[in-house]
Amino acid sequence: MGSALDVHRLHFAFTVTFHYLFPQLTMGLALLIVILKTMAIRSGDEHYNRAARFWAKIFGINFAIGVVTGIPMEFQFGTNWAEFSKSAGGVIGQTLAMEGIFSFFLESSFLGLFLYGEKRLGQFGHWVSAVLVFVGSWLSGYLIVATDAWMQHPTGYRILPNGEIALASFWGLLLNPWALAQYAHNMLGAVQTGCFVMAAVGAFYILSKRELFYGKTFVRIGVMVGVVAAVLQLAPSGDIQGKMVANHQPVTLAAMEGLFVSEEGAPLAILGQPDVQKRKLDNPLEIPSMLSFLTYREWSANVRGLDSFPQTDWPDTIELLYYSYHVMVGLGTLFIAIMGLAAILLWRKKLFEARWMLWLLMITFPLPYIANTAGWMTAELGRQPWLIYGVMRTAHGFSPRVVAGNAWFTLIGFMGMYTLLSILWLFLVYREIEQGPELEGTKPDPNSPLLAEAD
Amino acid sequence: METLWFCLVAVMVAMYVLLDGFDLGAGAVHFLVARTNEERRQVIATIGPVWDGNEVWLLAAGGVLYFAFPLLYASGFSGFYLPLMMVLWLLILRGTAIEFRNHIQSPIWIPFWDFVFSAASLLLAIFFGAALGNVVRGVPLDESGYFFEPLWTNFRLGDHPGILDWYTILVGVTALLALMMHGALWVQFKTVGAVRERSARLASWVWWGVLIFSGLLTMLTFSVQPQVVANFKTWPVGFILPALAIAGLAGVPFELRRKDELKAFLASCVYLLGMLTSVVFGVYPMVLPSRDPAYSLTITNAKAADYGLKIGLIWWVLGMILAAGYFIYVYRTFAGKVSAEAGSHGD
Repeated sequence: MGSALDVHRLHFAFTVTFHYLFPQLTMGLALLIVILKTMAIRSGDEHYNRAARFWAKIFGINFAIGVVTGIPMEFQFGTNWAEFSKSAGGVIGQTLAMEGIFSFFLESSFLGLFLYGEKRLGQFGHWVSAVLVFVGSWLSGYLIVATDAWMQHPTGYRILPNGEIALASFWGLLLNPWALAQYAHNMLGAVQTGCFVMAAVGAFYILSKRELFYGKTFVRIGVMVGVVAAVLQLAPSGDIQGKMVANHQPVTLAAMEGLFVSEEGAPLAILGQPDVQKRKLDNPLEIPSMLSFLTYREWSANVRGLDSFPQTDWPDTIELLYYSYHVMVGLGTLFIAIMGLAAILLWRKKLFEARWMLWLLMITFPLPYIANTAGWMTAELGRQPWLIYGVMRTAHGFSPRVVAGNAWFTLIGFMGMYTLLSILWLFLVYREIEQGPELEGTKPDPNSPLLAEAD
Repeated sequence: METLWFCLVAVMVAMYVLLDGFDLGAGAVHFLVARTNEERRQVIATIGPVWDGNEVWLLAAGGVLYFAFPLLYASGFSGFYLPLMMVLWLLILRGTAIEFRNHIQSPIWIPFWDFVFSAASLLLAIFFGAALGNVVRGVPLDESGYFFEPLWTNFRLGDHPGILDWYTILVGVTALLALMMHGALWVQFKTVGAVRERSARLASWVWWGVLIFSGLLTMLTFSVQPQVVANFKTWPVGFILPALAIAGLAGVPFELRRKDELKAFLASCVYLLGMLTSVVFGVYPMVLPSRDPAYSLTITNAKAADYGLKIGLIWWVLGMILAAGYFIYVYRTFAGKVSAEAGSHGD
């Protein structure tokens, strides 16, 4: 820790981890807001409109932080990863530029209309702008995932004699099978963040005996959408993703699972701390032959362990990778249990009386944030030691002229800046939840951030 | 093909300067044209629904630059590492200030964010100007195609310049004045009452500064970057661009006197456009001149492979048509003036 390479990695890791706390909520909420808006139009009940406006405000706060923390991400490809950009810019620049041109213009234009133009647009127009914000943010998600997918599993490129990596097939880049699988997995994760947050706010209202109509609506939508997303996340999505890794990054699979030695009928480790030096798991808790079955649908299949690969190709932080993966899977399983149980109670019409379940829903909302972060850490640590899998090593990608001292300087700056943003976020979101949806519409909104002239 | 992309990137950067330029400018003149909370709210309301979309032009231009000229992106961004990071911090602070200012009605909260908004806008205008100055002056590229500039060295134009030297500071100040004028013209176009009066007056004062500094800078630029002289000599048709800038600048006080608010703002757009295109024309075919001309990055040595550029052209045109559609729709929806009493909003 302290070499320029390490600092540049930490720089990107820190800024992207913080950034993604916001888009995962806004992409999830974008879908739920469309649902609320649709319910408002179909039922003609003004309550649903207020609910949509309430979430639009929380969406707006998160979106703003997502935007301001997102700009540094694009810049860092050039500032901190110049060698990588120089070689691969002609390929991944495509998807990044398309994100700006196709989704950010759409998103920013219609978000402005959605937040401040309800009266001017009319109900149908307002619904359309909600849908377009949803489309814009999900498209943006796709283009970013496609960028990362290309680094995980490069397709549609060729290497020119001067070492430059050039685009060879536009559709090969855009319809990378890895991107499709990763996108599904990622978006299901974002939907779960949205659902858990919505259900948590609903549960908070019910337990505080206020805003009951809204509380119940939020819990109902959060649980109904959440249970579907949680189940799909495991199967088929997680399963497909796992097979992708097994086929194209077998060494990553071995490191994620903590499988040091190749084995026929390899067990699935549920618990156990990897000891990379001694190449074993301490106090392992394993399901025999399960890993072979999950990977190849055959109980006795041979799964290659880390020993089948040269050590120079091992991911360089096996322990962290192992834990990221296990945290992600463990929490994903827990989400199925929580949302499943809540859904059964909802179906039996007992959920709103089951205080313990409401408590559980209220306090578990941070978990999907952790699961999404752990999932991305699994993907990115698992890609190591490659920056572009099989093509370019991470150690060859950073900016040669930006020394560790300058990288630390800006990393520390970002840490300070993001600490301030976190405090602001907590404060402002708490205020919105405290005020509640009912206040909206009963008197002129004192918080309306940006107003155009009134009609 | 690469010349075409050079022009397209220039168009996108110009769009960014014209659009985000007015909201940066509005920020820079915030305290000069608005005295009370209601007036300041009025200024922010003129840019509220559009600033985010304007800033997307920066991202989009960056993205296009990335895939069309990867070497330029890599070399330029890592070489300008420090000022770019500071630009990012300022953009974060400014965006936060605009979005969160009106969330809490408190005599502590609001003036604080007003200050952050204005200071960040002002510094951004200077930084962007200084960045442009660095590009025109040239950077210490070597045979590796990389360079790194500290924030400053000895403030002279030598072989080891810093981001800030007397020339780039001068460009920074000029940019600030130009954007202050631009922003004030936008505010006078979008508001009524005292704010409108003050903005129009401020614009006509700042105009003198813009005139003097632009003239001074133009003369100095000819000696700082010899390529500019060469290009105008080779293609005299290029003089149309500085002429455009002069016409635009002359149009500002003319239209202000006639009280044609929109045309005064548009004249300022023409001025900015003329200045920017003159610079772009002056450095072509270089995209990043080096202090040692042997190592300059040009459109030919910095471009990406042809297939990508061709494909990019297809979706670029498609995307721009869509984006133009959204922009027209949004600006029309939020057309009209903002008054200080507008305490309610679209909902």
